[in-house]
Amino acid sequence: MTGGARRTLADREGALAWLFMLPSVIYILALVAVPFALAVALAFSDVTVGDPSFDWAGWANFARNFDDPVFWRALGNTFLFTAVSMLLIVVFGKILANILVADFRGKWLIRFLVLLPWTTPVALSAVAWLWLLDSIYSPIDWVLRRIGLIEGNLNWLGEPTLEMVSVIAVHVWRLTPLAAVIVMAGLVAIPREIEEAARMDGAGFWRRMFEVTIPLTLPVIAVAALFGAILTFTDMTVVYVLTRGGATHSSEVLASWAYIRGISGGDVAQGASIALFLFPLLLAAAIAILRAVRRMEVT
Amino acid sequence: MRRLALYAAAVLCALLCAGPFLWSMITMFKLNRDLVDTTHNPFWFDPAPTADHVRYLFTDTAYLTFVWNTLWVGGLVVLITLAFALPAAYALARLERPWAGWMAVTIFMIYLIPPSLLFLSLSRMVVALGLQDSTWSLVLVYPTMTIPVSVWLLMGFLKAIPKDVEEQAMVDGHSRLGAFVRTVIPLAFPGIVAVVVFAFTLTASEFIYALAFVSPTAEKVVSTGVPTELIRGDVFYWQSLQAASVLVAVPIALVFNLFLDRFITGFTMGAVKA
Repeated sequence: MTGGARRTLADREGALAWLFMLPSVIYILALVAVPFALAVALAFSDVTVGDPSFDWAGWANFARNFDDPVFWRALGNTFLFTAVSMLLIVVFGKILANILVADFRGKWLIRFLVLLPWTTPVALSAVAWLWLLDSIYSPIDWVLRRIGLIEGNLNWLGEPTLEMVSVIAVHVWRLTPLAAVIVMAGLVAIPREIEEAARMDGAGFWRRMFEVTIPLTLPVIAVAALFGAILTFTDMTVVYVLTRGGATHSSEVLASWAYIRGISGGDVAQGASIALFLFPLLLAAAIAILRAVRRMEVT
Repeated sequence: MRRLALYAAAVLCALLCAGPFLWSMITMFKLNRDLVDTTHNPFWFDPAPTADHVRYLFTDTAYLTFVWNTLWVGGLVVLITLAFALPAAYALARLERPWAGWMAVTIFMIYLIPPSLLFLSLSRMVVALGLQDSTWSLVLVYPTMTIPVSVWLLMGFLKAIPKDVEEQAMVDGHSRLGAFVRTVIPLAFPGIVAVVVFAFTLTASEFIYALAFVSPTAEKVVSTGVPTELIRGDVFYWQSLQAASVLVAVPIALVFNLFLDRFITGFTMGAVKA
């Protein structure tokens, strides 16, 4: 070992660990913890862009939210979009994962094309969709017209129900590759021997499926579902670029409504009180992810 | 027969996923009178394609400014992220402190806090610091998204490096710090490159902060500049818009694909207890 003189700070592991950890901790405290506390405080204030002085407003912002039909619409849409997207993302993600784990020629090209929706900045892929769902020149409409299913146009981003369908479709499209990657990672982590052993013991396809494969992959699928849910629940980019919430707020979600009130409208306090509604479900989803990951470690 | 079905399914998935971009690639070369005629086939050119609208994007719009802003913001954010995350990940993965477990979990939870929850209060802080309407506000704020996820990824890569390596270095006379810098960092290099790619992609994709903090054209990044500056009121520069989107999507996806397996390793290793 080295001489005593060199066993200074650089060797004292406890001190070194803190020294290594501290910059990140301070950064996160200053720019995540403080803003989070501030976000809660703003929700109970009367801060606007024009009058940034902080005055306590109690529950006034929340009372205004509860009287506002747009808020309820945004809240309902947020849950609806999240629930439907999550379900579809998991189903398609599992199918996609099963295809991508197979071995075939030209796989790198398929993988590249399949991952495009996830790796492309959302704002830019939403621009591609904006054109794909155009009220006059949509090629989807063109094909449907050719087949003879419709006459004229469907107005994907103008008619309230179709607007919601479009927003959900874009979410499912952009997050399915992520779900597939998560499920793939989980499939690889499951030891082959377990299924082999079950097969040796004479378990049939369905028994293996329900007593081995599904219980073992369930935590991974849960993680994929929860990531999909968080990313849909908190996103405003898709709605903002595609519909700006819609003329009658028919596709408004909490995040986009918070932005419109807080930044475009300049009512920071009101916006903060809307965004705060994202937090409870977010926390629940985060805890659920941790639990699912723990379960994976046990198996 | 089974192989044929597999190929068919794979090609179908690829078309569904890449479809919007494939159509963008056709659109970006269309002439105006071809584009705005509903009787024309949207999947082909009639008359012949033109590169005018792609050229327009580079000569008459601020696209290159957006790209440049995205690149330098991403580059700086990646450097800041590594400077903070690398030591933190080492402390969590190797220095065997009693608090390492819950600290790692907390960092993972912070990764899940979305911009949509913090953008209003952060915008007040950005104003208070005098950074509003400056790209520097993004350099300041983006590490909050990239540091947590990078710590998590790097933890995974560092755990995969055998402990003997640094023990040997310490026997050879290096301090703990010296062993970290001289032996662990070079061995973790492939993982570090993966983190660079991942962190850069995160910053390039961010939308809400960039939209809320920065409004002058010259300070915008790609993800906000394209959808706000190339659509002026009712005027959509469709071909240029599609070109702008494809030209960013393809390179990012190519690089991301090269590192996908490494990302998966990093994430799963991060969850495994040392």
